[in-house]
Amino acid sequence: MLPLPPGLHRYLREESAPLPAPPALVPVPVSVAPPFSFVPRRLRLGLHHPLLEDGDVHRHLYLQGVLAGVSEVAERPKVSEFSCHISGCCQVFDTLEGFEHHYNTLHRNVCSYCKRSFPSGHLLDIHILEWHDSLFQIMAEKQNMYKCLVEGCTEKFKSSKDRKDHLVTIHLYPANFRFDKPKKVKRIPSTICFGQGATRGFKGPRKKV
Amino acid sequence: MWARRLRWTGPGGLGAEELRVRRREREAALRKARREQHLVSKRLLREETEAEDGAGMVPEPLSEAEVLELLRGMQRGSEERKRSLKQLHRALRNKETQQKFVRLDGSIRTLLGVFTSPLADIQMEAAHCLHELSHSSDPAVAEACLPATPYLLTYLSGHSVEFMELCLYTLGNLVVESEAVRKQLLPQGIIPVLASCIQSPHQAVLEALGYALSQLLQAKEAPTEIIPLVLDSPLPQHMLQLVCSGLKTGTGAAVEFAWCLHYIICSHTATRSLLSLGALPALTSLLLHLASEIPPNPPEGLELLVCPVLRCLSNLLAEQGFCCQNQVLDQRLLVALFLILQSFLQHHPFMAQECLCLLNNLTADEPFFCSALLSLDLLPALLQLLSSSQMVRVLVLTVLCNVAVQGAGHCRELLRALPLLLSLLLPLLALPGDTQVLGQGLELLHLLFLHCPEPPLPWHRLLLTSSGRVGTRSWSSTRASQSCRRGQEHCWKCSGSPQEPLPALPAPPHSLPSPRPLHLPSLLPP
Repeated sequence: MLPLPPGLHRYLREESAPLPAPPALVPVPVSVAPPFSFVPRRLRLGLHHPLLEDGDVHRHLYLQGVLAGVSEVAERPKVSEFSCHISGCCQVFDTLEGFEHHYNTLHRNVCSYCKRSFPSGHLLDIHILEWHDSLFQIMAEKQNMYKCLVEGCTEKFKSSKDRKDHLVTIHLYPANFRFDKPKKVKRIPSTICFGQGATRGFKGPRKKV
Repeated sequence: MWARRLRWTGPGGLGAEELRVRRREREAALRKARREQHLVSKRLLREETEAEDGAGMVPEPLSEAEVLELLRGMQRGSEERKRSLKQLHRALRNKETQQKFVRLDGSIRTLLGVFTSPLADIQMEAAHCLHELSHSSDPAVAEACLPATPYLLTYLSGHSVEFMELCLYTLGNLVVESEAVRKQLLPQGIIPVLASCIQSPHQAVLEALGYALSQLLQAKEAPTEIIPLVLDSPLPQHMLQLVCSGLKTGTGAAVEFAWCLHYIICSHTATRSLLSLGALPALTSLLLHLASEIPPNPPEGLELLVCPVLRCLSNLLAEQGFCCQNQVLDQRLLVALFLILQSFLQHHPFMAQECLCLLNNLTADEPFFCSALLSLDLLPALLQLLSSSQMVRVLVLTVLCNVAVQGAGHCRELLRALPLLLSLLLPLLALPGDTQVLGQGLELLHLLFLHCPEPPLPWHRLLLTSSGRVGTRSWSSTRASQSCRRGQEHCWKCSGSPQEPLPALPAPPHSLPSPRPLHLPSLLPP
């Protein structure tokens, strides 16, 4: 135990507790002669300073699970089994967190046009714009419309291929990033017949036979 | 019925003595790693169900064929996939199995395939497998997980708390080990993603985020490559707010962000930014609050918050000083420091040097705090620390020198505690080999002589005798022997005693004389 004066706590707890006035001592600088060399100086401690070793070791013992921390252990409530309320989904859960994960993965960021699910609202927004906005293709012919997928990057590109090149070269994304699939062009199955003399497909002018 | 999460990383089932041995071994390894500037630790997140499953035991390694079979199982229908993933999750606790898995062609690609599955339970098992790999002590295993980074970042946009937590701890484990991973994550936008996540209302996510960020900030390239990006983001203001509100909202997260702030401030590039955010008054208030609320036996782990806060304040003051920071000139800081010292000293002696670094920075060239130290009657407690470790003694003596150098007024106040000072100091000066303590102690005595040329008589004779013995014992230190000689001369002049010939310094011995105990008459009042 340190021999502290009694009642020190009250200076911190009571706003009105007056602190003893420091004596009015006038500092008198005097130069020291060798071999004495003391000069007061503040310590600027870098990451690897020896004075910090003990504290750092203590921190790492905590990270390695050798020491207890003060964080509360989160409790995850278990409830009676219940099923997902989304129509057509028969998944069953016994924890709220399990349901939350399922919902966020499968139902939260879902395209209402094509029912694809996305891991984030950002990717969903980009998908809807590029796949289901009829104005998008028209505007994309005149200006860069394809947004970078990385949140925080404001770059836009002329085509999805240019965007992919940007993702790969600048953001070091893999070329086969699963959430950057180009829009598929719809092909008409060969079993569809449009009648005698009709040309196949909906694109392009009719070829006169 | 309630299910609990555990943060549990070590083997269970060990007795108390085995745990102590394990701790000593870990500590020795950590000290060695720190001195080599390669201090790396990772966290492992496991669930209580795994503890019941004997998570304390590391399973035997699987053969390559067995690992391949599990990999194939992951590519089949959903029930078999889930079964294979669970088995793989358990098997990956073994380092050899980890190495075999990552070497298998297509293994990480397959694992990422299930990690991006829309089926939540499959995704979660895959996430646990990735997490086990990230915790590997083999750097090659962590680097094999490089393709996972864009997906880990993408999923931080908000799934379940548990899933985000796992992704963050996995990221934290990967970044601390591998520069290649960091070089990839920075352009992939980890900082903006973390800046979004820090607004999560969930303490578990915040703690995991703080951990991941703290690992990133310890990188050797952090001052030039990482900290500037962090300072440009909204992260610092949120970190400061979470540290300062930690006692109310969540101490776990506050601990992690306090260490983050410490790493940022140590880089010496962030002072202006943090000061403009009000870091100095905010951390000062936090310290006062901590000290006022701290019980006599503080809960285990609170020192993990107090330690980095002390360091942040100390380093901020070292850079900025007290210029234009009048609100920091608050005597209560000294009160807080000593109350914190008192609370932690017994169980966490390392807190002494943490507190004393700050005390030095408060008192160095600052008459206000030098005077306050005296008026608050904190000197006896400070002197008591002279019986601690060598590092602490040097710091105590330095603080005393900070006070003494202020001049005669301060020295006279110090001399009121002279009996106690001498009873604690003189034995230290006689200890062989400790030149730092000796040097600092003699500096202190010199300052006292310099400013108070009329010392009270009863002690200066004692000093003459003692300093002569000190000179003999440590004559190998030129400064020490010369200072003793100066001390002797000074005392002769002050006392006005007849000029006796000064004893000649002994000739260099071939071996040091064996130490003799220093007998001091009792100087303490009855």
